[in-house]
Amino acid sequence: MTLDILMPQLGESVTEGTIVKWIKKPGDTISNYEPICEVQTDKVNAEVPATEAGTLLEILAEEGETVAVGALIARMRPASKEAGSQPEAPSDAKPDQRSEESTSSEKSSMKRRYSPAVLRLAQEHDLDLTLVTGTGRSGRITRKDVLRYLQERKGAVEEKRVISDQQETTPKTLEVAKVESPSVPAKERPAENLKRGDTEIPVSGIRRTIAKRMVSSSQEIPHAWLMMEVNVTGLVGLRNRLKQDFFKREGVRLTYLPFFIKAAIDGLKAFPYLNSVWENDKIILKKRINLSLAVATDEALYVPVIADADEKSILGLAREIHRLVQKVREQKLEPADIEGGTFTVNNTGSFGSIISRPIINPPQAAIITFESIVKRPVVVDGAIAVQDMMNICLSFDHRVFDGLMAGRFLNFVKQRLEAYDENTQV
Amino acid sequence: MPMMSYIDAVTTALREEMERDERVFILGEDVGKRGGVFRATAGLYEQFGEARVLDTPLTESAIVGVAIGAAAYGMRPVAEIQFADFIFPATNQIISEAAKLYYRSNGTWKCPLVIRAPYGGGVHGALYHSQSVEKIFAGVPGLQIVMPSTPYDVKGLLKSAIRSDNPILFFEHKRCYRLIKDEVPQEDYTIPIGKADLKREGSDVTVITYGLPVHLTLEAAKDLEKEGISTHVLDLRTLVPLDREAVVEAAVKTGKVLVIHEDNKTGGFGGEVVATIAEEALFDLDAPIQRLCGPDVPAMPYNPILEKEFMLNKDKIANAIRELAEF
Repeated sequence: MTLDILMPQLGESVTEGTIVKWIKKPGDTISNYEPICEVQTDKVNAEVPATEAGTLLEILAEEGETVAVGALIARMRPASKEAGSQPEAPSDAKPDQRSEESTSSEKSSMKRRYSPAVLRLAQEHDLDLTLVTGTGRSGRITRKDVLRYLQERKGAVEEKRVISDQQETTPKTLEVAKVESPSVPAKERPAENLKRGDTEIPVSGIRRTIAKRMVSSSQEIPHAWLMMEVNVTGLVGLRNRLKQDFFKREGVRLTYLPFFIKAAIDGLKAFPYLNSVWENDKIILKKRINLSLAVATDEALYVPVIADADEKSILGLAREIHRLVQKVREQKLEPADIEGGTFTVNNTGSFGSIISRPIINPPQAAIITFESIVKRPVVVDGAIAVQDMMNICLSFDHRVFDGLMAGRFLNFVKQRLEAYDENTQV
Repeated sequence: MPMMSYIDAVTTALREEMERDERVFILGEDVGKRGGVFRATAGLYEQFGEARVLDTPLTESAIVGVAIGAAAYGMRPVAEIQFADFIFPATNQIISEAAKLYYRSNGTWKCPLVIRAPYGGGVHGALYHSQSVEKIFAGVPGLQIVMPSTPYDVKGLLKSAIRSDNPILFFEHKRCYRLIKDEVPQEDYTIPIGKADLKREGSDVTVITYGLPVHLTLEAAKDLEKEGISTHVLDLRTLVPLDREAVVEAAVKTGKVLVIHEDNKTGGFGGEVVATIAEEALFDLDAPIQRLCGPDVPAMPYNPILEKEFMLNKDKIANAIRELAEF
């Protein structure tokens, strides 16, 4: 056991003192009230007396040193403790245990106690608080926890975007989601389906525009639909032959999409009613072929337009597709990029669909989808062979033309695609 | 820049203002020949003479009463109340006269008066030499209350107070007098009254305080940094008028607020700060606003162990900050 000797308070407003001289040295025996050292302050010079008899062990403030009142200046061993001095007993571990227990029992009670700051952040960012891990007392979610979570979520979304850009240059589409597109309530009404734990997402901006257009299209346009099966074995062979050289030469990946678009354009030239709009009980046949291309991002669906698509080669189409997809991903679409479309192509196969029933992009008269290419056993020249097969689907405005013309158009596109073989010159 | 103690900054500001403006004069008990019991006016009697550094009788009501009359007459009195504990005999003059003179005379008479008083404990001063009295005056419109924590602020704020046309209570924490040293520019400068000072940027807990606890908080914050707790520290410097904007901004910064003062909790000025935050920053709060104050006991004990128990210290503050950080 040792006794700490502190710098004494020598008068009001005195906060520090200077050690003038140590009267005792370490090892010296001290009797009670015997002076140990001399101290000087602003106001007085004084001797510091021992408060107990014993032995001076060590000096911690040198002569000439100025130290704060209450600071440790020396240590001594009191005579009363010198005899049977015992090692210090290990501290009792019980208090720790108890605090741990009480923490775990409180855990459930604080997890769902939200502070005003946390609730406000959650509402501002449409955040489900059950996803956030609380680091506060008893699992409480702190404001910092929410801010950290939001930061991480932002980082994760950005990362995902980068990956999807690297994987695919073919535009992804969301036509299937469109079929299930939400019906927008005519009037504001309380969200009666919003139960505890559900997340309410306000519909605004591009989402609201999509919703509105899809509702008006499905309510106004009498949709008719048909599908055909296309053998694209030749096209697959052709692309496989061309794709490596093409990428080296042009710096753009050669996908199937330019071939699909080219076939559709040829069909539109042959069947001008497909390239028309319905306007005030009149049909307007459009001279220019401006092809709308559905391009999806994680948040929304955009339909940029390849203007005068009929004037472009396979290479020209590939470049134009690449340019528009980049613009969509970088959110740099300008009004000129999305205006004046006359017919829509949707490459639903890029996300694995084999049949879809697209909704027409008004005021256009038709929309075509190209589905996944899959290997299937089919009968070729009286024998079963493994072939690359693809479905193509067409939704059209039955006010503008009938099934016969739709069938002829779709058949035309089918024959164009089947005409390719490995050695076709493009 | 010279290093200067808190009390030297008081003396320097008084001397420079008396040199600048001969309407400035000092009156109080022992302020003349003795140079003040804390030596705040040391050397001024010698430099400016007995007409400008007046030793008064032990009558606080007269010190302040005379000062109000002189102020109304166009002088710039700086009255010293030897210990803030002795200000109560002058309360009638301060509250009913000084605070209301400008209003009562419809702006005809101003009251450019500064009352300096050392307050606070921790110097073994017991019940008659340790009180914090700001709460008595904080709710009286017409008075301003300045309570600096550093020598730099003392010089700049005391000069502003002397040049102001308002009656100002300038409370100096007596424990800071020789404890706190700071670099103080030799040139003339002022600090605007009513502006708080951000002492430290942090992200976990906001501490709003004034006077001696500013330093204790900064020490605690340094220790807590090693534990990963980041403390935001606002020094009010002026209680009235309160820098509401700075208070709200500091509160919003972390959403967890601890208000600290040595004055006892009940009715203390901290309640006003807390109410301001509650009024203006509810949706930014992440924890109940906390107060760490002197205990609600009648007086500062003389017994050193109990005095230490009464006083705030680094560890008490660190514990309170830690509690909030963990909430």
